[in-house]
Amino acid sequence: MEVSAILFYIFAVMAVVSALGMVLNVRNTVAASLSLVVTMIALAAIYVLLEAYLIAVIQIMVYAGAIVVLFLFVIMLLNLREDDFAPGRQWLVKFGAGLLGVFVLIQLLKLVGPGLPEVPVVPEGYGGYRQLGILLYTDYVLLVEMASLLLLSAIVGALILAKRNID
Amino acid sequence: MVPIEHVIGLSSILFVIGMIGAATRRNLIVVLMSIELMLNAVNLAFIGFNRLWPGTAEAPALDGQIFVLMVITVAAAEVAVGLGIIISMIRNRDSVNLEEVSLLRW
Repeated sequence: MEVSAILFYIFAVMAVVSALGMVLNVRNTVAASLSLVVTMIALAAIYVLLEAYLIAVIQIMVYAGAIVVLFLFVIMLLNLREDDFAPGRQWLVKFGAGLLGVFVLIQLLKLVGPGLPEVPVVPEGYGGYRQLGILLYTDYVLLVEMASLLLLSAIVGALILAKRNID
Repeated sequence: MVPIEHVIGLSSILFVIGMIGAATRRNLIVVLMSIELMLNAVNLAFIGFNRLWPGTAEAPALDGQIFVLMVITVAAAEVAVGLGIIISMIRNRDSVNLEEVSLLRW
């Protein structure tokens, strides 16, 4: 087995274990968000193995560097604790969600049966900033403009939601 | 490199973990983090399939990676608005328990 395949399986196990750690951790929200960081970093490593270099860098900068820090900031700002959650009729919800999860997983895996072609050799410069940037500012320039509008409206919406008195 | 089926399998597993987390957890912050996990799983599928059809050196086919950039943008916007909702919910109810938000429930 070649090195990249071994690395892929290592990072895959890391991503799944830390994702489970995030979902199953009912004690500590800070630890859950740190597990999410581990998942993001493992996914960034897998992106590098898939030769999507720019996306890997952006994944680390935006997800691990910005989004999870925002989560941590809110958790610590609000001093959240979860031990006062009353145990309700949770087993039914958990059982149903588990059943649904297994069903969806089987259906998703059925979609990707055998018949995909072999992984080809990538052309020169694939996944680098140059070709991605050329595409972004020629064919997809409208998408960039729409993304800027979306971010602007998200900023305004977050401000209005979090502001104490709107006057 | 491993066959892309394994990449898509990892993506499916992460998606289902996120789905179960979003369905069962009652802490609003963990639900938001589970949604982030689902978006990441979709990104991984996009990158895997893009690696399978990378185009040529003259005309690279990087559409999957452009999609991933847009998904990351949407995720950032969603987190900003979601955390604003969490802050205003803490102000009004002093809790992040999802079961206390029942105004729209019959």
